[in-house]
Amino acid sequence: MNWTTTFLTQPVSWVNPEMPDKPIGDYIGGLVQHSPLNNVAVWQIEDKHWQQFAITAVAENLRWIASWAEQADKQFIVNACFEKQGIYIVLRTVINATKPELPSQATVYPAANRSERHTQDMFGIHFIGHPDNRRWTRHQAWDKHQYPLRKDFPVQGEPPSITPPDTNYDFVKGYGAGVYEIPVGPVHAGIIEPGHFRFQAVGELILNLEERLGYVHKGIEKIAEGRTPDSLARLAGRISGDTTVSHCWAACMAMEQAAGVSVPNRALFIRGIVAERERIANHLGDMGAICNDVAFTFAQMQFTRLRELWLRTNATVFGHRLLMDVIVPAGVSRDVSELSCELLKQDIVMLKKELSEIMPSIDLNSSLEDRLYTAGYLSPEIAAAFGTVGYVGRASGQDFDVRRDAVYPPYNQVTVKVALEDQGDIASRFWVRYKEINASLKLIEQFINLLPKGDISMPWITPSTDSEGLGIVDGFRGEIISYVRFGDDNKIARFYPRDPSIVNWPALEKLVLGNIVPDFPVCNKSLNGSYSGNDL
Amino acid sequence: MLNILKKIVTTGIVTEKCKAPKDAELEALGIEIKRHIDKKFSGSIAIRQVDAGSCNGCELEIHALNNPFYDIERFGIHFVASPRHADVLLVTGPVSRHMQTALLRTYDATPNPKWVVAVGDCAVCGGEFGQSYACCGAVSNVIPVDVTIAGCPPTPLALMKGLLGLLV
Ligand code: SF4
Repeated sequence: MNWTTTFLTQPVSWVNPEMPDKPIGDYIGGLVQHSPLNNVAVWQIEDKHWQQFAITAVAENLRWIASWAEQADKQFIVNACFEKQGIYIVLRTVINATKPELPSQATVYPAANRSERHTQDMFGIHFIGHPDNRRWTRHQAWDKHQYPLRKDFPVQGEPPSITPPDTNYDFVKGYGAGVYEIPVGPVHAGIIEPGHFRFQAVGELILNLEERLGYVHKGIEKIAEGRTPDSLARLAGRISGDTTVSHCWAACMAMEQAAGVSVPNRALFIRGIVAERERIANHLGDMGAICNDVAFTFAQMQFTRLRELWLRTNATVFGHRLLMDVIVPAGVSRDVSELSCELLKQDIVMLKKELSEIMPSIDLNSSLEDRLYTAGYLSPEIAAAFGTVGYVGRASGQDFDVRRDAVYPPYNQVTVKVALEDQGDIASRFWVRYKEINASLKLIEQFINLLPKGDISMPWITPSTDSEGLGIVDGFRGEIISYVRFGDDNKIARFYPRDPSIVNWPALEKLVLGNIVPDFPVCNKSLNGSYSGNDL
Repeated sequence: MLNILKKIVTTGIVTEKCKAPKDAELEALGIEIKRHIDKKFSGSIAIRQVDAGSCNGCELEIHALNNPFYDIERFGIHFVASPRHADVLLVTGPVSRHMQTALLRTYDATPNPKWVVAVGDCAVCGGEFGQSYACCGAVSNVIPVDVTIAGCPPTPLALMKGLLGLLV
């Protein structure tokens, strides 16, 4: 019996206090539907049970993953996605558009906080009882009573000729002798993405940190509407430049599901190769950057050198250093020749050898040890409460990986080893990445050895109106989910990608507490959230 | 320590030669101001990079300019933390509306004479995102642009050529 069955057969009193012994499943439209999302159960409930579901779900240790809404005529469809033991469920409810409101799940799941505020800003849906009713994605580019994702909001909107700065956001304040505030950003000192951080500090000690993101909101969800599958895949590949492969894969997986297209085996293996190469490239870059943030430039130089070599092979074999647009709907755009396979194999040997020389120097470096161990500690409890994923979760004992726990091809044909650490500090997040590089190298090796012959793409089939899909893959930052609904004529009606950063960013506010302000950059780098992927 | 030294010695110097762009390439880069830069900056420029809404792909390649293969500092091009120290703004992204004022302020904070380089298709023409309720599109819709470097993202070599074009 899997957990959905257990969950459904549990007697609960919240739905009908008069018959507390009846199982939940009996109350809410019988059993869970297994379509229309063919890999994930969709469970439609009444809006009044929305929060109650969350209360039961959190008690059952379900992980909150994402929420998104959609307009259908005079109604809004609201979805929330949960997972337990690799089984996903999409909870769905329909609410009236005249007075759109829904009990908040953020009261129970802190991870739902920003997502509900995003839905509030973009659709004008009010979440009753939400612990924080400030705006989130909206700054000053559109008016309080305008909602960009509603159908009557034109793509061009009516923006002012110069969008004013967002100066009146109500930040948490610190009071008391010696407490001072440090505002940072949106333009930072380094070559990084824009966002605002507000610190309250005493001396060098961080008392509180509040993130204010949304500066790179590009209207991705809105401009996705009306696109063709090819065009959506290109857009998905630009949600977050460092995760181009995985976002593109998730979006294509969703579209392929909706259209009922099966991707040829060879293409799936090539997707696996590029996804793992992307993971390695990013880990190399981040490991160098973490060392650089504590002034250990030797490692920075070595890692950026290895990353450059790695990207050059990408360019030779796949025609793009960051692997953009290699994945396309129903397949991949580049085949790999025998010669390319040799090159890819040589790369594996090269990287293993190089790392075997560099890592001992890092491991034995006492100043690194001093700076990285115990700094930026994220407890397993907080990591779980926020539903953190990827290396952030895995460094704090969250043993989850889509590639193993909700396996999708080609990972079902190889053994996936999931790296895990439980110290929860920057060092853990550093070493998890190293372990992941090794695991990815093994995966690539297996993919090359098992690479089946055949086509690299299939003809596209126009999906029927209203068909939906949910792509779930593991990117270098962790689980990505991507929701797609088609409208008429092969055109996208709704696209919602949930970057792992959306659930990981809030953990940064927690893990910096008690650290000193000068350690913020390295704390931040160890988490490395995507601003673009968060802001959409 | 010995391990580190050994690795440094065995790695050697990987920095590569990079040819300055030719006339035709300069034209393709849209550089008309080279003469002024030559005169005013005596062969060295300070750059402030501004991400005004990019997907971060462009930043990854701008970062690569500092890796040992390209080592762009050897040409007198360095990145600074404040626009007040900069000669050149390197701007990426389809200027998100939420970054519009920040970009304008950064531009104002940069002392004259200054130049703006728009990096990446998004910055050059709006790219995949174009103009919408959320994006202003090309950087030139917000501040004057002197040089454009196309590509999604432009490779480090393309960036290098574009920047060297300002100097050589
Ligand atoms: S040009 Fe391409 S890589 Fe650069 S910001 Fe735009 S989409 Fe990203």
